Amino acid sequence: MKEEIIIAGFGGQGVLSMGKILAYSGVMQDMEVSWMPAYGPEMRGGTANVTVILSDERISSPILHEYDTAIILNQQSMDKFEKDVKPGGTLIYDGNGITRHPERTDINIFRVDATEEAARMHAVKTFNMIVLGAYLKVKPLVKMENVIAGLKKSLPERHHHLIPMNEKAIDQGAQIIKEVSLVE
Amino acid sequence: MRELKLMKGNEAIAEAAIRAGVDGYFGYPITPQSEVMETLMAEKPWETTGMVVLQAESEIASINMVYGGAGCGKRVMTSSSSPGVSLMQEGLTYLAGAELPCVVVNVVRGGPGLGTIQPAQSDYFQSVKGGGHGDYKLITLAPASVQEMADFVETAFDLAFKYRNPVMILSDGVIGQMMEKVELKEFKPRWTSEYIEENHPWATTGKKKDRGRNIITSVQLESSVQEAFNHKLQNKYQQVEASEVLFEEVLCEDAEYLIIAYGSSARICQKSVELAREKGIKVGMLRPITLYPFPVEQLQKYAKQVKGMLSVEMSAGQMVEDVKLAVNGAVPVEHFGRFGGAVHSPGEVVEALEQKLIGG
Repeated sequence: MKEEIIIAGFGGQGVLSMGKILAYSGVMQDMEVSWMPAYGPEMRGGTANVTVILSDERISSPILHEYDTAIILNQQSMDKFEKDVKPGGTLIYDGNGITRHPERTDINIFRVDATEEAARMHAVKTFNMIVLGAYLKVKPLVKMENVIAGLKKSLPERHHHLIPMNEKAIDQGAQIIKEVSLVE
Repeated sequence: MRELKLMKGNEAIAEAAIRAGVDGYFGYPITPQSEVMETLMAEKPWETTGMVVLQAESEIASINMVYGGAGCGKRVMTSSSSPGVSLMQEGLTYLAGAELPCVVVNVVRGGPGLGTIQPAQSDYFQSVKGGGHGDYKLITLAPASVQEMADFVETAFDLAFKYRNPVMILSDGVIGQMMEKVELKEFKPRWTSEYIEENHPWATTGKKKDRGRNIITSVQLESSVQEAFNHKLQNKYQQVEASEVLFEEVLCEDAEYLIIAYGSSARICQKSVELAREKGIKVGMLRPITLYPFPVEQLQKYAKQVKGMLSVEMSAGQMVEDVKLAVNGAVPVEHFGRFGGAVHSPGEVVEALEQKLIGG
């Protein structure tokens, strides 16, 4: 098993921390993992993306030019990464602010309106966990207990009281994800 | 039980330094390596192992603090990124000239000048050819994973004290910023004064009745004496070249083409090897782990086996010169790489291999 993922959106959406929690979940499940941010002079409102790889075997390149799954959270990232999903791969996106929806027919496309859902839940900071829950619904590669263990490892202890809220957000993401189109 | 952590390469360097019983770290922040000092400051090792961590007023101050600590036989280090390491070059040649052991980490970013903060490998020449003046060498280690970032701290100190020579850990923004699983070693105690006096009698630990003064200096005004000292240095480097070469081979056995790559580029190229082999191209990869000493003999061996070599580095072509020197015209040697902060993808490397060596 090897899953190569790009998570891309705005700085401040929790893209990097979502990737870190996913990677730590992989560690908890004894997988090989890598987490490579496109770091730069980036800030809230700028673009942010991270490549996460989960694998049963030693990982070669942490930098990729095509992905099994793209998780896309703004229009700039859609423009940049839709074409880089491997044929037969998966694209998950949040419809908020998207003006040009994905058009490819050789990949599986899902939509999760996480921005809207986070606002509805009055918990905007759990946005990234809603997205993570949606992703794990489509690709259940790590067990929920390992995701929670990964959350614990990623969050400083003073934030551990927030774990139940994050768990709820993950559940919610799994429920609201919608299939847009699947490869025949 | 093994203790596995998910860490950035920069964090791994810091954690490994504390665990290896390092005595001091002196540094000045610069992207993409600031997490080294950030991690050390957060861990507060001065409260546990007694390790000193100090933010100096500049890189020039950092390297000279290293000179002072090393002169006392202490295990001291600094880290920086390209522009900061340029500032340290005077200190490095003085350290080499005074035969002082120390470890310097360069998490390379794109240059020249202030350049960019994105990853690059364009400080190869500066590291292995001597960035400062005079005939000296830095033993240069090139980690290709977060695990190696951690492991090489101790390796570097061992080599530094074995040869009384500065050792460079030449990393880059990819390895510094990425997170991977790391297994950290057990804590080791710092050296005691008695241990230093016994094992490193050159150190300035205070004059004893039964021996003369220890003097740490790189100045020698008499040219004949300086020439003799240079011969001594050259003998040391020959010894390093004969016994400290490290490299890794990936699918080289049946290779018809050879990629040579180090550090993060070697990780990318490993994927390129997989992709090329799926296309039926028999390619292998030689990864120099020590850049100085360079795996010359190994390259000469493969020069008899392969049809061509491709040096893949995030620079305009630096290591390629050492590959060419090693094979001395026996096979065609080409260079490929993005640079100035851009990073080549595994696919681009395969295209370059096809265009530059196979198609040509």
